[in-house]
Amino acid sequence: MSGVWLAATAGAAETRALGRRLGVLARPGLVVLLAGDLGVGKTCFAQGVADGLGVSPGSPVTSPSYTLLNIHQGRLPLYHFDLYRLSTVEDLEDLGYDEVAEGAGVTLVEWADRLSTPLPCSLRIVLRRVDADRRELRFEAADEAGRNLLAELAGAANTL
Amino acid sequence: MLILCIESSCDETAAAVVRDGRQVLSNVVASQVDVHARYGGVVPELASRKHVEALPVVIEQALAEAGVTLAGIDGFGVTRGPGLLGALLTGLSTAKALAWATGKPLVAVHHMEGHILAPLLEGELDFPFLALAVSGGHTHLYRVDGIGRYRILGQTLDDAAGEAYDKVAKLLGLGYPGGAVIDRLAGEGNPKAVAFPRPMLHKGGFDFSFSGIKTAVLQEVGPAPDPLPAARLNDLCASFQAAMVEVLTVKTLRAAEAEGLTRIVVAGGVACNRGLRKRFSELAATGRFTVHFPSPSLCGDNAAMLGVPADHYLRLGRVAGLDTEPLATWALDQC
Repeated sequence: MSGVWLAATAGAAETRALGRRLGVLARPGLVVLLAGDLGVGKTCFAQGVADGLGVSPGSPVTSPSYTLLNIHQGRLPLYHFDLYRLSTVEDLEDLGYDEVAEGAGVTLVEWADRLSTPLPCSLRIVLRRVDADRRELRFEAADEAGRNLLAELAGAANTL
Repeated sequence: MLILCIESSCDETAAAVVRDGRQVLSNVVASQVDVHARYGGVVPELASRKHVEALPVVIEQALAEAGVTLAGIDGFGVTRGPGLLGALLTGLSTAKALAWATGKPLVAVHHMEGHILAPLLEGELDFPFLALAVSGGHTHLYRVDGIGRYRILGQTLDDAAGEAYDKVAKLLGLGYPGGAVIDRLAGEGNPKAVAFPRPMLHKGGFDFSFSGIKTAVLQEVGPAPDPLPAARLNDLCASFQAAMVEVLTVKTLRAAEAEGLTRIVVAGGVACNRGLRKRFSELAATGRFTVHFPSPSLCGDNAAMLGVPADHYLRLGRVAGLDTEPLATWALDQC
């Protein structure tokens, strides 16, 4: 398995399903960065991850653009960050980011590419709009855990 | 009874003095917009530091404008959550310190209950009522049977209404945050120019979804639009606003009817939106219900709104200990 996997989805439901598979496979301490333009489906993917982690549907996974961090309880805690309104890595300190990202939960970070300093992670996912419904998701593994996860994820996708 | 209220859950640092939970003697908000604009957005690290710097200033000013000293204050009301922990901590710690130093009680309040009870600062309003709380971070429908008696009927499943406004403004090249600009331009355009979707309008339940409208605007203008001609921009703003206002008003009315409620409160930053106020007022003119908007100074985040529940809880003896911790996540029906 190389460190990169390309996936295509034909609508929001498929993007969410891909997120769900990631949520099912996620292990404690996983950090995933989500990049891509407005309206490309980052929060939609995050909703799938939450679902895969068993977060109760009674606690909707909404966009953290204003709140900056939303926390959900599933099989593992999900820390859902959104850096849309931030610009430097120092800004993250106040959110307790390091504590969370080094903990045993799953950390998802939308708009991490807004920071000038890259954040350490296992997986980076770049979402791109193909047309109104279709999206391309480029998964890039950044460490051993990320490569293993990607192999499982791609394997699971290929057997569907 | 005079309560000094302190709010610091997100972007604003605010302090207010409220008499008997009804009369606003002062309402000071140290808007951090200038600082944030320079950095292209809200910068939480900076925000917490600014809260710490601004708190003594807004508190002193709130006391001075109310014409009282700390010795004349009977208790301290403060936002305990939800919000950013670092930001909440600054206000809560300040309120605790003041309570400890003066020997007066501390009352912890939920940020959203302040918003939906704000109309009580401006006139009589009987319970029960339906509250639509709309802001950058919230879009919720609550049944309110009394102070401290709330039930969540519906909420957004993705973007909050204010967030949808600001993100669409960004897509239209109007800068960020630009929700208020859309509201202004919408008045100049044709609301029927583009038929944007009305997500979840025909689904049961009272939840909202605004992400799809944002994506529809993106589809309409493309990912990197050239500057749009003024008439086209006005039409897009008017059409987007029409979709948002229709979803918000129709769902709210449906919830009110289902719950048998005839009083509706619209609160939070988006309650300042002129299109939304106008449509609710038109609907209220049918006589089936009354609609109550706080004044603009009580719509955005402020501290005076905390005075209503803080006074009530203090009279009930529901006092918070000095070991009270902030709550980043806190559902209103759990408070």
